[in-house]
Amino acid sequence: MNVLIDKFDVFAGGFWLTLQICVLAAIGALILGAVVAVLRISPVPPLRAVGTTYVNIFRNMPLTVVLFFAAFGLPALGSNADFLRIPGLDAIFSRLGTDLPYFRFGLIALVLYTAAFVCEALRSGVNAVPAGQAEAARSLGLTFGQNLRYVVLPQSWKASVVPLGSVIIAMIKNSALVGFFGVVGDLSQTADQLTSAGGYAFIPVAIGISVGYLIMTVPLGALLDRIEKRQAVAR
Amino acid sequence: MRYKRVAAVAAAATLALGLAACGGDDEGTGAGSKDFAAGSTMERLNKAQKIKIGTKFDQPGFGQKGLSGKPEGFDVEVAKLIVKELGIPEDKIEYVETPSKVREDVIVNGTVDLVAATYTINDKRKERIAFAGPYYEAGQNIMVRKDEAAITGPDSFKDGTKKVCSVTGSTPAEEIKKYVKDVATQLVLFDTYDKCRDALKGKQVDAVTTDNVILLGYIAKDEASFKMAGDNFTKEPYGIGVKKEDTDFRNFINDTLDKAFQDGSWKKAWDDTAGKFGATLGDAPTINRY
Repeated sequence: MNVLIDKFDVFAGGFWLTLQICVLAAIGALILGAVVAVLRISPVPPLRAVGTTYVNIFRNMPLTVVLFFAAFGLPALGSNADFLRIPGLDAIFSRLGTDLPYFRFGLIALVLYTAAFVCEALRSGVNAVPAGQAEAARSLGLTFGQNLRYVVLPQSWKASVVPLGSVIIAMIKNSALVGFFGVVGDLSQTADQLTSAGGYAFIPVAIGISVGYLIMTVPLGALLDRIEKRQAVAR
Repeated sequence: MRYKRVAAVAAAATLALGLAACGGDDEGTGAGSKDFAAGSTMERLNKAQKIKIGTKFDQPGFGQKGLSGKPEGFDVEVAKLIVKELGIPEDKIEYVETPSKVREDVIVNGTVDLVAATYTINDKRKERIAFAGPYYEAGQNIMVRKDEAAITGPDSFKDGTKKVCSVTGSTPAEEIKKYVKDVATQLVLFDTYDKCRDALKGKQVDAVTTDNVILLGYIAKDEASFKMAGDNFTKEPYGIGVKKEDTDFRNFINDTLDKAFQDGSWKKAWDDTAGKFGATLGDAPTINRY
């Protein structure tokens, strides 16, 4: 178990990088997922079709395949995902701005994949709002946007926050895959590095990285429980 | 009627066995065909008439599983020389895929009897397992695109602009870290060299670094795209991994290797496999009997 103490800095570095990619991917997935959810519940059939197609593709494809497309398909198309080199943001998340594109590729794959689940979590929340609410809002003359913003979404939030949290927790665990697609130094790749090049036994290292993931997921789960309890009062 | 048929089958089987045993005698295989010290690993394997060998399935020239369904390459051939010396026929070998990161674990856990998998001998690994050999001395080198002029050796990475790819957890990956200025912006690690080659071709990275023989395999396949940049800058002696405490077995392998160096079977193994890529074999390495 000495590896946990001897190589603490390596674990800490891996944790930090995984946290970075998870924060960015969560933000990206929530935004994209919300957009797709709006498409899927919009009254315009072509937009609904676009949203449904998106969800069908990305929810039903293995993340590994999405990562393959991102890490080896995008370069084949001549893109290094340079649009993600967002000034300002790359000062905090230094990997966003590097010449090596694999952090950005991994991020894109995680966002695209998770957004499909975020969309469905949000949509299930919207569906939980009684139809009478939206009809009443429409009869008052609210537009589709106003309807969503003032009537439907505030109520749907209660029903979707817990599934959304589960989606984000799943995403944190899924992020372990990016280490195998060229992102050097995240938690899972750290384990690989320590066991094969470092020659450390696998189990202590596995315990170390598990603790790293638990530090991210367990507090998030606890936070969700609290939010759920507070929201429950409103019913 | 049924009994007759059973008897016929049994007779045929006995005959076949008898023939196999005869054939076996010629080759010096079969249980008890060789004398080994009682209780030794060699005796156990010889009696069992089967052996499990860990090798790579994706290493051109050394251990690559092709259409035949069995891995082929220099590592495999060297392992076969040892197996032959144990008095076990080649078709009784069970190959187990051992990527770099599991090699120590499969030896310690006894999943395989020996590992021959481009396995660099180093002190860190010697803490958990023991090495027979070396049977080949490779060296780390750098492969670049044909039109690359700025990379001439490992020192070219020191200015922090050139990006390099290697395989997670490999010795070369650790070695190149000494030359790279900033790991986060310059180093990419994948699980296989194929991905590195694609990244080099797609210009996500500027170089791929690992043992020269592996790179030569890629260059041989695509000479129009790739070339070497400079000479080997490390020495990577490949050894056979066995259990740490099993000194008898290690000595036996060392003796077998020495014999193979002498009688030319070692050179033939090379010429049939990795030698085809144009890599030079050099003189036989000196066995390190520690």
